[in-house]
Formats: sequence, structure tokens, C-alpha cells
Amino acid sequence: MAFLEVKDLRKNFGDTNVLKGVSFEMNKGEVVSVIGSSGNGKTTLLRCLNFLETPDGGLITVDGAQIFPVETTNKKKSQCNARFGMVFQNFNLFPQYDALENVTLAMNLRVENELKERKIKGAEKKRLRKEAKEKNEELAKSLLSRVGLADKMANYPCELSGGQQQRVAIARALAMSPDILCFDEPTSALDPELTGEVLKVIKGLIDEGRTIIIVTHEMGFARNVSDKIIFMANGVIEEIGTPEQIFDHPKSENTKAFLAKADEQI
Amino acid sequence: MDFLTVTQSLLEGFAVTCLLFLLTLILAIPLGLLIAFCTMSKISAVKGTFKVIVWAIRGVPLMLQLFIVYYLPGMLSPTGLNPFGRLDNFLYFNLGIDNGGALIATLIAFVINYAAYFSEIFRGGIESISKGQYEAGQVLGMTKRQIFFKVVLMQVVKRIIPPMSNEIITLVKDTALARVIGVIEIIKVADMFASKAIIWPLFYTGAFYLVFVGLLSVLFNFIEKKLSYYKV
Repeated sequence: MAFLEVKDLRKNFGDTNVLKGVSFEMNKGEVVSVIGSSGNGKTTLLRCLNFLETPDGGLITVDGAQIFPVETTNKKKSQCNARFGMVFQNFNLFPQYDALENVTLAMNLRVENELKERKIKGAEKKRLRKEAKEKNEELAKSLLSRVGLADKMANYPCELSGGQQQRVAIARALAMSPDILCFDEPTSALDPELTGEVLKVIKGLIDEGRTIIIVTHEMGFARNVSDKIIFMANGVIEEIGTPEQIFDHPKSENTKAFLAKADEQI
Repeated sequence: MDFLTVTQSLLEGFAVTCLLFLLTLILAIPLGLLIAFCTMSKISAVKGTFKVIVWAIRGVPLMLQLFIVYYLPGMLSPTGLNPFGRLDNFLYFNLGIDNGGALIATLIAFVINYAAYFSEIFRGGIESISKGQYEAGQVLGMTKRQIFFKVVLMQVVKRIIPPMSNEIITLVKDTALARVIGVIEIIKVADMFASKAIIWPLFYTGAFYLVFVGLLSVLFNFIEKKLSYYKV
């Protein structure tokens, strides 16, 4: 059984069918790149996996556990969320927190939730909270060092370049130790000279064997790092295969046309 | 009438002004936030009701609202007695507070009125925060409450300081309206001098307002500067 299984995933916005039955699977440690022109459902697919959109139909299982459909109590929803991490095109860092706090915030809040759930109170709560906070800070520091920002931990997002902000966002997503990390066009909002530093960090994660889904327009990158390429058109997976199959021997006319266009731009 | 005596009398009136200002501010902010959430409610009945309430409160002069709050309960009660008048007596004979009933009526009218104005400022601030901030919180497993208090709120605060400072400065001067239902605030005190043909204390009150508003402006500048380390 594959690690992630998506079956017949559907999503409508009003009368527009954005996802018309998307099915694919991936194994642990695999890297899947999703390519295709804008407006064909790539981002919506990622957003459905992260529960930023509620699918209208279909099935999602991770590691054998069904995470959609599921009774949507808030608690369950946040547990499902924990399976996936998301890095956004526009970073979405929290502007009032410095880089380190951006990474630790959600971790610390998770600790609060756990303490509340276990009904721990008083001095014990204080002690556990302090311990957890110290641990979280250590982890956050090591993650920020790993994305090359050891010297920027006390900087606020407005003091960082786009590439640096995106690297903080990656560290922030990693901090929650998701099973599957999703990237939604992580370099599309960056100046060309800054994309390299972000792609390098992503490449590092891939080399570690992380399970990653990446929506991207960086064809060269997708080809080099992916185990599988998904080409989406009109809300369905038009073609899926290894990078060689998709880039060198595309079967579908749509894929051919898209790749020819992408080549032209280069 | 010498300068010092007048100053002392005006200061007593100004204490009432300041009390009214502070209490209104403290109570209208949470109420305004509550109204803001109601006007953003997904339940259309709640949303509609509160939109109408905000419209009505912002659409009627504050002075009229003072009269309504002060006189209407008495007119509706079967005994025909004004509860604020009775409160006046009660507070005077038991605690020695003069005009307490009128002050409370004023406070009620002011809090409701300012909460309505604040609510629109809050709504604007909350709605101006990008969806991405909520989504980032959500994918990081935060609860809705955590997203609001830990992520959104400080950004809203930064955004709303300029419009809030406007409203708050207006509030300082609106307190002068309280005299229409008998609250003895600073202008009322000056007016009592004026009725004895001593006009200058009336102009002198301006200095009190100017100093107070000046201090507030310094405070707002300070807060804005304090929050300038991040950009929303």
C-alpha cells in the first residue's frame, strides 16, 4: 500500500470544476512534482491535501489512515493537518515575530494544546511548558541553521529578503515534523537570483529522503529532483510518470504542447 | 473671581470628564470587538441585526442618544419615575456622589455609541489581514482562537492605531455633551461661571482639552513607534 493515496479527488468552486477526479499515489521518501499551466488545479490539489479547501468528494489516506472524508471536528482537522506541511508561494510569515519566533510559535502552541488536553495545571504545567519551550527553541535554531539562516534568527520578516523569508517558512513547516511536505510554487514570488538558494534548501531536504510534493514552474528543477511528475490539465491528471517519460517521451498532446511552450520561454 | 479658584473648580469638572473618557474607552473597546465579530458573522440574521444596530447608532446624534438613554426608561416604566433620577438620589445619600445617575446614563450612551464606531474600525482592521496569515496558522495546526490572538490581533492593532486615535481624540471632546443631562463636567462648570457673567473660564477650558489631547497624541506616537519594528 502506498504511503499517500489520493482517489478521485473532486473540488468545485460554484459551477467551476477545479478538480474533476484526481487520483495518484506516492511512497514514503518519494518526490512528486506537479506541473501544468496556471488555473488547472495544481494549487487547489495541494490546498485540498492541507485542508485549506474541503474537497467535494474523493478519498485521501496517509499511511493507511483515512484523513478524508472524516468527521470534521476541529480537533480531528488539526490532527489531519499535522500529516502535511505547507510552504506557500507568498511565504506568509508572521510579520510581528522574528525568524526564530516564527518557527517556534506553532510548536509552542501545540504544547499548550497538549497540556490543556491532558488537563495538567499549576507548577507541573509551568515546568513542562518551560522544558518544551527550551526544546522547541533548540530545534528551531537547528532548523534555521540548516536552511542557512543561523545569523538571521533575530531578524523580522521585513528585514529579510524574499529568499530568506521563504527559507524561514521552510524551517517553520519542518518544525511541525509533517509526514509529507508540500510546496506551492515556492520560488514564483522570488527574484530570479534568489530562487537558487531556496531550491538548494529543497534539494537538501530531498536528499534527506523526505516525502515531498512540489507544485512548480521550474521545469529543470522538477526534472532533476523528482521521482514522479504529474502533469495536470483541466482539473485532471493528464499524464503521470518518471521525469524521463514526461519530459522526453510525453504521450499526451496537451503535455507536449505545454512542454514546448515551457521550452520556448527558456 | 481669581484664577486659582476658577482653575480648581474647572479641575474638578475635568476629573469628571477624564473619568467619563476612561470608563467609556475601557468598556467600548471589548464591546466594539464583540459587535465587530457579530457584523462579520456567518449567520446572516446576526450579521443583519448588528449591521442595522450599527447603522442606527451611527445615524443618530450622540446628544439624542443621551436623552433617549436618560429619559426613555422612566417614560416606559409603569411608575413613570426616572430610574437614573432615583439612582442619583441613592448614590448621593448613600455614597455622597453627586449626579451619579446622570453619569451612569451618559456612560451607557457613550459606550454603546463608541462601541459602534470602534466596531467598524475593528472590522476593517480584521478584514484587511491577508487570508494567507490565517492559512499559515491553520496548516501549522493552530486553533482558530490561537490564530486570532497570536497571529492576527497584533497585526490588526498596528493597522487600527491611526483611525482609533482619531476616534479616541473625538471622544475626549464629546464628553462635553454629557452636560445636557446634568453631568457636571468641565464645560458645565465653566458655564456656571458664565451665568454669573464671568465668561473667560469658558475659553480657559480649551487649555485643559488641548493638554489632554496633546498627551494622548504623544502616547499614540509612542505606541506607533513601538510597533514600527514590523510591517503588516
